Parts: sequence; C-alpha cells; structure tokens
Amino acid sequence: MNISNIKKEFPIFDNKVHNNDLVYLDSANSSQKPRVVVDRIYDFYTKEFSNVGRSVHYLAVAATNLYENTRTSVQKFINAKDSNEIVFTKGATEAINLVASTFGQNHLKEGDEVLLTELEHHSNYVPWHYLRKSKGVKIEFAEINEDGEVTLESIEKKITPKTKIIGVTHLSNVTGAILPIKEIVQLAHSKNIPVLVDGCQGAPHLKLDMQDLDCDFYAISCHKMYGPTGLGILYAKKKWLEELPPYQGGGGMIGEVKKEGITYGDLPNKYEAGTMATAQVIAFDESIKFLNKVGMDKIIKHEKELIEYGQEILRKNNSVKLIGNPKTKGSVLSFTIDGIHPHDIATILDEDGVAIRAGHHCCQILHDKLDIAASARASLGVYNTKDDLDKLNSSINKCKKIFELK
Amino acid sequence: MNLKELYQEIILDHGKNPRNLRKTENFNKDAKGHNPLCGDKVHIFLKLNDNKKLEDISFEGQGCAISMASASIMTDLLKGKAEKEVKEIVTDFLEMIKEKDEIKTNLLKDDEKTKLMCLSGVKQYPMRVKCATLSWHTLTSAIDKSQNEINTENSET
Repeated sequence: MNISNIKKEFPIFDNKVHNNDLVYLDSANSSQKPRVVVDRIYDFYTKEFSNVGRSVHYLAVAATNLYENTRTSVQKFINAKDSNEIVFTKGATEAINLVASTFGQNHLKEGDEVLLTELEHHSNYVPWHYLRKSKGVKIEFAEINEDGEVTLESIEKKITPKTKIIGVTHLSNVTGAILPIKEIVQLAHSKNIPVLVDGCQGAPHLKLDMQDLDCDFYAISCHKMYGPTGLGILYAKKKWLEELPPYQGGGGMIGEVKKEGITYGDLPNKYEAGTMATAQVIAFDESIKFLNKVGMDKIIKHEKELIEYGQEILRKNNSVKLIGNPKTKGSVLSFTIDGIHPHDIATILDEDGVAIRAGHHCCQILHDKLDIAASARASLGVYNTKDDLDKLNSSINKCKKIFELK
Repeated sequence: MNLKELYQEIILDHGKNPRNLRKTENFNKDAKGHNPLCGDKVHIFLKLNDNKKLEDISFEGQGCAISMASASIMTDLLKGKAEKEVKEIVTDFLEMIKEKDEIKTNLLKDDEKTKLMCLSGVKQYPMRVKCATLSWHTLTSAIDKSQNEINTENSET
C-alpha cells in the first residue's frame, strides 16, 4: 500500500469542511478510520452478528472465533508472549483504571508511593489519585527537562524504597517526547518495581515489542490506531493477570456461581465481564491488518519526515513557539502564538478546514509546569502530507493577519 | 460561518486591551469562573455601595479573545448600574446569546447595545458560546454568591 496515496483509503477525506478539503491534524485525539474498518463493522452487524462466548449456535461460534482472532492479531502486533496477556477494555482509560484498582487492592498501602511523570495524561493520574484518597498512597512526579523530556535520570531521582509502581507515557501527547521505556523498565525491575506504560500515543506511531520492552502493563487506545471507538487494550504480563483480583464482576468472567460463593473464570475472561464491544474488537483486526499492510517501518519513516518538516516551517514562522524540543519526537506539534489564544487559533484554522486541538490536552500538570493555560496542537497520522503542514502554516498566517501580528 | 462576524474590530480591540482588567480596591463581592475544557479563567470583583449601585466592577483572568472581550465589554457597560439593573442586563444578554435576535432592555443606550451585539457572532460557533458567557455567569454568582466557583461544565450556558 502506497503511503503517498493513502488518504483515499479513508472515506472521511471525501467530505468538505466549510467548502475546503479536510486537513486533519488531530490524530493524537482520535484518528480517522480506513474504509476496511468501517465496512467490517457494517458487515459484522448485517451478516455475522451474535454475542460471543455464550451460545453454541452457528453465529455465536463464528463471532467468538473472530473475536479471539483479534486477540491473537494484537498479541502478534505487539509481540506479547501469550494471547491471554491481551485484555479488551472500553478504552486505555479503563485499562489504566483496571491496573490502578487491582494493583492498588493487592499491593498498595498508606505511605506507599506511585511514581508518575509530569507528562502524564489525566487518565494516568486520576486513577492513582483515587488511591491517594482511599488508601493514603502518595503520588510523585518525575520532572521534565527544558526540552519537554523525562529522562531516565529524572525517573531515578524520584525512586525511593517506598516506590511500588511506576506509570509513564510512551510518547507525550503534548511535547511529543518518546521516553526510554526499556531503560526505565530495566532500572525499575532492578529495584523490583513494576512499570505501567500509557501507550496511547506510542501504539499508533512506534513499533511495539512487549517482550523487548519487558514492561508489566501497557495500555492501548484502539481509536487512536485507526480503529473503532469504545475499545482499548490492556497488555499485562500473565503473572499479574493471574495474581491480581478481577476488576468488574458480571457475566462471562465467572467460573462457578453459588449462593455461598463464586469462583472466577480463566484468563482472559476473568477481566472481560459483561458483553464486550464485539463489533469493535472484530473490526479492530482490520486496523491491525491495515497497519501491517502499510508497514510500521514505513509509517515511522513517513511521520518522522513530516514532524521534521513541520518543526522546520513552524520554527521559521515568527511568533510561533513550539512546545518541547525532545531529541526523539513523535507525531505531535504543540505550539503557542504570542498574542493569540489557542482557542482563537483553532476556530480560525477550522474555517480553512484545518482541524487541530486547543486546550490543555488533558495534561494540566504539564501546562502548569510550562506556565501556560492552554496550547494549540497539530498531531499527525499516516494520512498526513507536507501539503497539510503547509496549509497549517498558511492558516496560522491568516490568524496573525486577523490579530494584526507580524 | 463568518470569521469576520466573530472577530469584529471591537472584539479584537477589547480582547487585546481589556478594560477594567484589575482588582477593585475594597471590593465587597467577588466570584471565580473557570472553563476546565479550555482553561479560561476569570475572577470578577464588585463594589456595591449602600444604595446597591455598582460603584466599581473589574476582573482578572486569562482566556481567548472572545472571553476577554466579553468580560471587558461587560464591565464597561455595567459600571454605575443598580444591582437590579445589572441582573436585568445579564439575563437579557444571556437570552440573546442563547436564542434571541437582539438586546431588548431599555437600560442600555443604542450604541451600548451594538457593542453587546458584537458578541452575537459566537452563536454560529456553539463550542465558543461558553467563552462569551463565562464572565456573565460569574458575575451572577458574585452577586448572588450562590456558588463559589462557576464551572462551565456544571452550569448551564
């Protein structure tokens, strides 16, 4: 599949926005969907629909097989050792909540420390905050440096004998910094501390290898990977999924249910209570096929070229200030313009069909640290081109004109 | 969609050079407003005299051009008005932003009404209505002291 021609695989680009071609630069928020994924959802509901894992009729068996196929595809895609290490959730947020809640139950007590970073999205902070409230757990934050990175040294500085788990993002959704996960895991494991990685931005833009990274937990958001909404994945090492308690109770996750007691099901059912997002799981297999067909290596190369080009043109644009200058940077260009609030930028860009995000991008801790209330963010996907970035730049110039900036 | 309607000269002027962006000395009422989705923040200070007249009104805060201009124009127009009049104008403004075509109150002069109508451009931008109304809701809260902090996600806009 040729990457330069890939927009035509995404039906959304057939539409106009305010009579302009859509320049979609909000993929860190959510990516657009290739036709194969959309079609798969339609086909499943119109030809193959059934609930999974319960009935023995033809449709139920076929749907169950399709559902489990995706689990195996995900396992291969992220090179996990065992397909039972893949748990479907309603999103990466639920995946992190699952870990915080169950790990918290078994392993955290008053005074214990959870080590996060200043780059974390709210979804890798708020679930831990619950434990601060309920158990008196302490939360520490590894600091960013002036380039918007969190280094291994910065993590090391905050590890104490009380650190019980480390939660880090793989790729910052604001500065774009790619964290040295493998080294962080090695360091943490040398001190017997497990590591959870928020892989929301990592999974769509980096090549994943769970066995190589060796992290204990990795949370994935499928809708940021050209997949359906309402679906996330928790990768967790088998030893954790076996040891930790179930997260939600309900149908499908049980062994035996008696008036006097209940046993729980085996993996992966133990963590998949209730009717799951069946159509989304089955359609997500098409997202993985799509990524494999294009090739992660090609996607990484393409996005690297774009991010370098984007930085180059925005740096040349007076009054645009890029946020963060990490040595390894992926997929996002966050910026501010002196004299124009990010929301005004986003509204003016939208008029030209240029879709970006403005606000704190669910990273208030980071924005407080940077001492800005909000920022504008252009984030990239496989379908973006240099032409998209040129249009971004010319729309920024239009903002400056409206606000009479030079 | 019309950007020129949204970013009129007067909005840009008030957005860049907000009037009454300061803290009233000896204020006797105040309230904070916050839009957590976009980070807009406003803190309104009032000084009501014994006759319940608005002797001074000012604000501190940060936000987009629309929210700053709205707070600036609001404080400009309401200074000197009686509490009851303030309430009437606030209600009128919020109704105009929501659904009505014009400012009806007789408490404002025609040129003042025109100033307020400059903010009506946000009607075409539903996501930006909160920017225009934040300071107005916060003012109501300062007068009533019904809520300590206005949060656009918990309150009706």
